[in-house]
Amino acid sequence: MDDSLVLEYDVPGDDFTRAGEASSATKATLKRLGLPADIIRRVSIVMYEGEINMVIHADGGKATVTVSPDAVTMVLKDTGPGIPDVDKAMQAGWSTASGAARDLGFGAGMGLPNMKKWSDRMTIDTAVGVGTTVTAVIDL
Amino acid sequence: MQIRKIRELLNAELLCGEEMLDDEVSYGFGADLMSDALAHTDSDTLLLTGLCNPQAIRTADMLDIAHVVFVRGKRPDEGMLRLARESGICVLATRCTMFKACGLLYGAGLSGGELHG
Ligand SMILES: Nc1ncnc2c1ncn2[C@@H]1O[C@H](COP(=O)(O)OP(=O)(O)OP(=O)(O)O)[C@@H](O)[C@H]1O
Ligand SMILES: [Mg+2]
Repeated sequence: MDDSLVLEYDVPGDDFTRAGEASSATKATLKRLGLPADIIRRVSIVMYEGEINMVIHADGGKATVTVSPDAVTMVLKDTGPGIPDVDKAMQAGWSTASGAARDLGFGAGMGLPNMKKWSDRMTIDTAVGVGTTVTAVIDL
Repeated sequence: MQIRKIRELLNAELLCGEEMLDDEVSYGFGADLMSDALAHTDSDTLLLTGLCNPQAIRTADMLDIAHVVFVRGKRPDEGMLRLARESGICVLATRCTMFKACGLLYGAGLSGGELHG
């Protein structure tokens, strides 16, 4: 047994107004735990970008946040279309977002670069037609 | 710059967060795409946006931004205002365009901040 806390959320893919609820809930929990404000802000930005991606690109998914004594680890797992070219997806400004997603305020192609910028480590495990798992770690 | 003064300059309506009128912000950031705000904004910033859906409020919340102005006459609905109140966010609405709202505030001394990275 270690003293990690695990938070799990289902992120629905069909209700855009609810996108971000998992990130908000995570933020509230980290505040309650008394983590430093700059850490909470970084976790919030990374998780929110990842959560929105699951909603607009992959029809939802699962978010798991593990808070251990030395890090906050976010795993964002979906069974969506996958990312054919991860290098391209990581470029700032590169986006396949639909006009509809843009009308909703997303599709700048900044989300993944942003997640990488604010996390200490990030990996993308993806296969076309199978899904995408983004793992982002912020050290404490 | 004080929120009270921002409200005056933009002839804006205060939709929630009356108790926050005396707050001060150092920077302004205008965006309709939320990831741009998520990439480049400090917490001590006024967010101006024409994006009128709950994600504008959520984005502010994630960034620890406490003051949001909706431009171009956009009116957040009750659900958005509830979310704002829960998150401790002060919401203003102005009929100014994005360009005019930003211009008025910049001209009155609100700084633009720097891009991050
Ligand atoms: N979970 C995912 N499933 C499938 N494709 C994805 C996923 N996340 C990202 N992508 C792909 O990678 C591209 C870049 O993602 P990124 O988050 O950087 O930008 P965006 O979501 O298009 O716009 P923004 O994040 O600025 O709103 C997306 O346009 C999409 O093609
Ligand atoms: Mg994105």
